[in-house]
Amino acid sequence: MAQAPKFIGAPIKRRDDPRLIQGLAHYVDDFNPPGTLHMACVRSPYGKANIRSVDVSKAAAAEGVVAVYTHEETKGIGPVPVGGLVPDAKVPAQPILADKQVLFAGEPVVAVIAETRYGARDAADLVEIDYEPLDAVVDLEAALEPGSPKVHDDYESNQAFTWAIAGGDVEAGLKEADVIVKEKMTNARVAPLALEPRGVLAHYLPGEDKMTLWTSTQVPHKVRTLVAGQIGMPENRMRVIAPEVGGGFGSKLNIYREEALAAFVTRELGLPIKWVESRSENFMTTIHGRGQVGEIEMGLKNDGTITAFRYNVLADCGAYYQLLTVAIFTLTGLMLPGPYKIANMEMNATGVFTNKVATDAYRGAGRPEATYILERMMDIAAVELGMDPVEIRRKNFPDKSEFPFNTSAGLSYDSGDYHLALDRALEAADYPAMRAQQEEARKDGRYLGIGFSTYVEICGMGPSAALGGQGWESARVRVEPTGKATVFSGASPHGQGQQTSFAQIVADGLGIDANDVTVVHGDTDVVPYGVGTFGSRGTVVGGSAVVYARDKVRAKMAKFAAMEFEADANDIEFEDGKVFVRSAPEKSAGFADIAMMAYSAIALPEDTDPGLEETHFFEPSNFTFPFGTHIVLAEVDPETGDVEILRYVAVDDVGNMINPLLVHGQIHGGIAQGTGQALEEEMIYGEGGQPLNASFMHYALPKANRLPRFELLHTTTPTDVNPLGAKGVGEAGTIGSTPAVVNAVIDALSPFGITHIDMPLRPERVWRAIAEKRA
Amino acid sequence: MFSLDYFMEERNSSVMKPLPVGGYASIFFSCVGGPKTLEINISINGESRTFDVEPRTLLVHLLRDDAGLTGTHVACETSICGACTVLIDGKAVKSCTVLAAQAQGCEVTTIEGLADGDQLHPLQEQFWEKHGLQCGFCTPGMILTANQLIASNSDPTDEEIRHGIEGNICRCTGYQNIVDAISAAAAQMRD
Repeated sequence: MAQAPKFIGAPIKRRDDPRLIQGLAHYVDDFNPPGTLHMACVRSPYGKANIRSVDVSKAAAAEGVVAVYTHEETKGIGPVPVGGLVPDAKVPAQPILADKQVLFAGEPVVAVIAETRYGARDAADLVEIDYEPLDAVVDLEAALEPGSPKVHDDYESNQAFTWAIAGGDVEAGLKEADVIVKEKMTNARVAPLALEPRGVLAHYLPGEDKMTLWTSTQVPHKVRTLVAGQIGMPENRMRVIAPEVGGGFGSKLNIYREEALAAFVTRELGLPIKWVESRSENFMTTIHGRGQVGEIEMGLKNDGTITAFRYNVLADCGAYYQLLTVAIFTLTGLMLPGPYKIANMEMNATGVFTNKVATDAYRGAGRPEATYILERMMDIAAVELGMDPVEIRRKNFPDKSEFPFNTSAGLSYDSGDYHLALDRALEAADYPAMRAQQEEARKDGRYLGIGFSTYVEICGMGPSAALGGQGWESARVRVEPTGKATVFSGASPHGQGQQTSFAQIVADGLGIDANDVTVVHGDTDVVPYGVGTFGSRGTVVGGSAVVYARDKVRAKMAKFAAMEFEADANDIEFEDGKVFVRSAPEKSAGFADIAMMAYSAIALPEDTDPGLEETHFFEPSNFTFPFGTHIVLAEVDPETGDVEILRYVAVDDVGNMINPLLVHGQIHGGIAQGTGQALEEEMIYGEGGQPLNASFMHYALPKANRLPRFELLHTTTPTDVNPLGAKGVGEAGTIGSTPAVVNAVIDALSPFGITHIDMPLRPERVWRAIAEKRA
Repeated sequence: MFSLDYFMEERNSSVMKPLPVGGYASIFFSCVGGPKTLEINISINGESRTFDVEPRTLLVHLLRDDAGLTGTHVACETSICGACTVLIDGKAVKSCTVLAAQAQGCEVTTIEGLADGDQLHPLQEQFWEKHGLQCGFCTPGMILTANQLIASNSDPTDEEIRHGIEGNICRCTGYQNIVDAISAAAAQMRD
């Protein structure tokens, strides 16, 4: 576009908000077609058990119960789809309803269909299942010991897969090192906890042989293709709608049992079937994130240069894989060298089956785990070498002149200036003053700590070949006869705000007002086949598809204008609702007038069809690599172990920003979630495999009074991977924050000689660490 | 179900009216073959409504399923997250742990009733202005809690706001823009 952007880069208020702030939006549970029946599932209370018998007779006879389903009636439904596997992965088939055994607490055994929400749950209570509880596999390390109980009786052991990635020669790098630091670290299992639980409403119309499936998902087209496949229906007879979706964080980047179940049942009964997850079901049956225990070995020269980095990790898969369970762990390996020049690296991962729900993509998905262990090790090494944590990081950064920078994990980082982001953060935090404050506080017996995280992430997922398929995104842009524009996106935002940012992109290119652009997404009958929203790809990949589709429409409109003005199409300009000849601006028409010309089609430019509607599938040539520096000042109360974050300074470089308001919102939320993982969050299981904290009453997650005000700054290093120069921001906060918070706490505790405590740093755990050192 | 009060926060239980005479009795009789539904009269967003519901019906389900007001959300069912917050006689209450019968004769305000016609409430305006929401699922409850917060403290500090909304969970925003929105709304309401 010739003129300066008017909307791109502006902090425009979201157009989604009026319906949301007035209670007028529609999430899955807000739709109630006449005749809707309600589904409730009877779930295993055990981590592992044999099912001796199932008696549904009382439930089936209960008032208002329409049907009851067990494994027998649903065994024709295909197993839950899995992808992203590695060559030696054992792949257990995840049935829709359990047959002879249940393998995790929460696994569904029976589904009850009743006329009312309460009636379905009442009837579910009448189902009698005789279980024989078995020993459950809970602990990752114990799971691989000889003689451990097994998750799957058919497999030799609980080993699910092995996967390794290496660059350079770690053994040689360790020999070259002056010091070697080692630590064992845990990334605990955490729950994504989108505030809207999952839900599905399936409605089959026999006369039309057509099904509509409203589901709370990030990937409506994947749901359509895969669920239609599970129930043996042509996918073009199924319409999947992701209506308003109340958060996902990766947990709704999946295909779940209840979707296929509801689809199967509505086809049998011909009535709408609704299932909405309770929060306890959400904790027990929606995927978890993280779940890694590993040993790290790092070699360094005395000047801080890293010579080798090795991570031997056990990865908690759960009992069955979900869509991307295995793939997530491979992302950890790709991210392992982080923002540093590490010539020799390797990760050796062993996947482990446990009697728990699957792990899968949770905000950051494999990358926060890598960043966490790397950034923790940088601090541990700094202490060992007597270096400042800032200097050891600087020592290993590539210079901005070294980009594109090839890492030992095989990636090519597009662009970056890591020193600049660090400088900006140090300046904003006033690092010397912070250290002085820490020193002063120590004199008063107060324990302040400063934590750094200099991170890079893999975003804009991504090249299709790198993802094992479907890394592109689609968009269609239509200029309507009256001059309004409609964007149909294959991405499926669920809170990110692309109804606004995509309108900004189109408005600028066509020289119209952003309010004249409507953005449609999340309906497979309406938008082109799409991939979805995850992996910080919505704007980077989806927005780029919008750019290309917009430009195709613009080029076509220019032909109509050129015909009208007897000018060259290359000389046509779009600005302020006008279409005009650049070299002769008096030749001008309203945007809508040219649009109407294209639809009236009384005269057509040469080789041009009527209408203004263009589609583009954008395939990125690489990932994008946003980066930044987060600095945390925290205080630990040594008597209680309580941690308070006093300051949080973040410099994030996400490339060009389409809408800074939305960018800041993403970073705020990401920091909160990453801080939650650092300080509070963890799924806890009893010996029998039952989750002990599967409710908001028992699982701590960040609340307003536990978080500080975030001070956000940016540097801007655009990427040439896409036409927007945008790098993605959905996961930056989650990736940067966790190690920064933990590093601050450990720094605060350094007078006690504490060098590491595993997350989450709950008061009890911190207090014990101090007490141990004091004893 | 009689223990549900246990889960309600103090500020909730203090505003609940005692059940009408026969309230608990009606619930009891429904278990032993007595009348299966209760007639409940509630004023919702200024309109008097009568419902025939099972005695065990939760207020949030009456609002969503019987009154068709789906702006009030259910997200935890344990009175922790506050997505279901409504105003009962002007006080913020978590409607997932209140029996509809307990709201007999009360004035209930839901998010749908907060704006004055086309004029958004200052809290709604400021949540929009400050980008105080992302997925929007917690927003109705958050706004109604904030409404009570401002009613009892017209000029709250950030710390007081953060304390005041600690019974409402937002998983998207990190709360900062929510705090700013509430602060700005309070200022707007003082003017």
